[in-house]
Amino acid sequence: MAFSEEIRVRAKEIVSRYPDGKSRSALLPMLHLVQSEEGYVSSAGIAFCAETLGLTKAEVSAVATFYTMYKRRPTGDWLVSVCTNTMCDVLGGRRVYEMLSEYLDVGHDETTVDGKITLEHAECLAACDYGPVMTVNYEFFDRVDVETALGIATQLQEGKRPMPTRGARLCTLKEISLQLAGYADDRADALADGVAGEPTLRGNLLAERYGVSVPDLDRDTHVGREPEPAATDEVVPEANTQASDAKPAGDTPLPAQEHLKEAK
Amino acid sequence: MSAPNSAPSKAVLAKLTPVLTKRWSTPDAWRRDTYEQLDGYLGLRKALRTRPDELIQLVKDSGLRGRGGAGFPTGMKWGFIPQNDGKPHYLVVNADEGEPGTCKDLPLMTHDPHSLIEGVIIASYAIGAHRAYIYVRGEAVNAARRLRHAVTEAYEAGYLGKDVLGSGYDLDVYVHSGAGAYICGEETALLDSLEGLRGQPRLRPPFPATHGLYACPTVVNNVGTIASVPFIVLGGADWWKSMGTEKSSGPMIYSLSGRIVYPGQYECSMGITLRELIELAGGMQPGHELKFWTPGGSSTPLLTADHMDVPLDFESVAAAGSILGTTATQIFSDQDCPVYATFRWLEFYHHESCGKCTPCREGNYWMMLTYRRILSGQGTHEDLDTLLDTCDNILGRAFCGLGDGATSPVTSSLAYFKQDYLSYIEGRSAPKLSGKELVGAHR
Repeated sequence: MAFSEEIRVRAKEIVSRYPDGKSRSALLPMLHLVQSEEGYVSSAGIAFCAETLGLTKAEVSAVATFYTMYKRRPTGDWLVSVCTNTMCDVLGGRRVYEMLSEYLDVGHDETTVDGKITLEHAECLAACDYGPVMTVNYEFFDRVDVETALGIATQLQEGKRPMPTRGARLCTLKEISLQLAGYADDRADALADGVAGEPTLRGNLLAERYGVSVPDLDRDTHVGREPEPAATDEVVPEANTQASDAKPAGDTPLPAQEHLKEAK
Repeated sequence: MSAPNSAPSKAVLAKLTPVLTKRWSTPDAWRRDTYEQLDGYLGLRKALRTRPDELIQLVKDSGLRGRGGAGFPTGMKWGFIPQNDGKPHYLVVNADEGEPGTCKDLPLMTHDPHSLIEGVIIASYAIGAHRAYIYVRGEAVNAARRLRHAVTEAYEAGYLGKDVLGSGYDLDVYVHSGAGAYICGEETALLDSLEGLRGQPRLRPPFPATHGLYACPTVVNNVGTIASVPFIVLGGADWWKSMGTEKSSGPMIYSLSGRIVYPGQYECSMGITLRELIELAGGMQPGHELKFWTPGGSSTPLLTADHMDVPLDFESVAAAGSILGTTATQIFSDQDCPVYATFRWLEFYHHESCGKCTPCREGNYWMMLTYRRILSGQGTHEDLDTLLDTCDNILGRAFCGLGDGATSPVTSSLAYFKQDYLSYIEGRSAPKLSGKELVGAHR
């Protein structure tokens, strides 16, 4: 596959995030980028990364095959990952995975015949307080059981997009791969999707209900060794600039403090 | 232990210290304007009026220790960065959360991303870095989405870029997503990954403080560590030390999962006990009796019901034979099997071993097979010695802590629950796995 001009422009932008001469740092986002075009990392994708970054294809392959999120075969629009690490496993995740596997008739890292859904069992997804969890294109569905998991799979088969428990509404694996390459989500509402779940706020809820708080902090606590305002080397020129702005001397707080008041 | 759903006692409630988690309750705190109304970026303004060396001293004085598991004193780490060496300095945030049981950094980045950005700016200023990278676990797409947005907002407000808030200090911050490798949570493997290589740990010394990213002086800190910094700058070291213990200062986010009524995030004064945490979490689930638990993720040796009163701070947990780790408290009951739990963790370590060091790569593979055999009802008494021998040959013999961590559940479960192993071997427990899963195991 020939990669489009748009992808080439993006590749350049990715390289620019790293210091001069350190373009190899761009390799991980570049691999996400080629995956966002093809749905997996193909040999053409590897060649494109190698060419862009001045690496050999062997060097790129060595990296691409190390990380589980780079798929080596065409992958469905919907990557369903079920956590089967110890906690989720004992809470029912193992059974969820097995039933999904049976229902979709695929094993780990395999894609359904229609090419839509890829199933995998995942290691700890860092949401143990919501266990057992599964993700679709890495968005969380919390406290799933066999029934809810099969319901999600059915909706995906029917072309629907079930709403994740937390996080943004679903986009395809290619679209999420572009975000992984470092690009902002261009869907207007996606950022605001999802509120903190009850387990996330559990400690806070208790503290609020029973009126527990930490000792009040004094925002003006002096943290430097010298008496304030301790003009640092960096701030001195700034203060001078302010003075030359014909503001009254003497009662002028440092500019930073002025902002500070506004923020309060 | 309290009955489920009964209100926790006043004394236990008083151990709650919502500091880093507090803004999570404000639904829009991920937006800059909301964050600013909640003390956001006040710490930064104050820090920019303070000299970098004073900030390092402040963090030293606060006693802040790394929240990523090792508990290394943060101020000391910053202090190792050479001054005026002419090389670029880097701050790298380890946001590759993945230690089994650990789930505190993702909610922080999702619900309060600006607190991390603010901490990044202050820390970078203190160590003289003009570029900082936040290495976020690949799978954490929602956290990365909010974080990228927060970085954009911070640039717009002049908190990032050239001449931060008119201070003359320049800083660029980049959010770099990983691609699914637990090992990249190890700081030197993370640096290799950030340099576009396979994520494999480096030999130390030299340490990242002198030869880190691109062989330049680099501080690698966990999300929770960096997000603590603005609070310390704002409230001062003494305020920070008003929470926690003398050697383990400050609040800590304890992540409770498993067989309790209310799993979740509980930010408490360091040194709270498991008994107290379970009380906060509404008690054990009905019908469940505590059997074993991890104080800080699966790489920390298991503890038992006998350890419920161990203060969960760095020193006390070490004295009890485990590690505080990431304070990921996974709670298992009498209905959970420690042998099976350990088997699942070993499958994990086997999968995640990067393969660089033979003891870890081979040892975890063979231990996993040995567990399969035991759980299939075909284990032998010698298998238990083989497991301990294998652990001996992994522990301390690999570049990084992954292999060491893998031995933790094995040796601790064998120490506390040998009977459970023997029950499988001697046929008193029904096999948990079927024989067909015995591929490759020798007899």
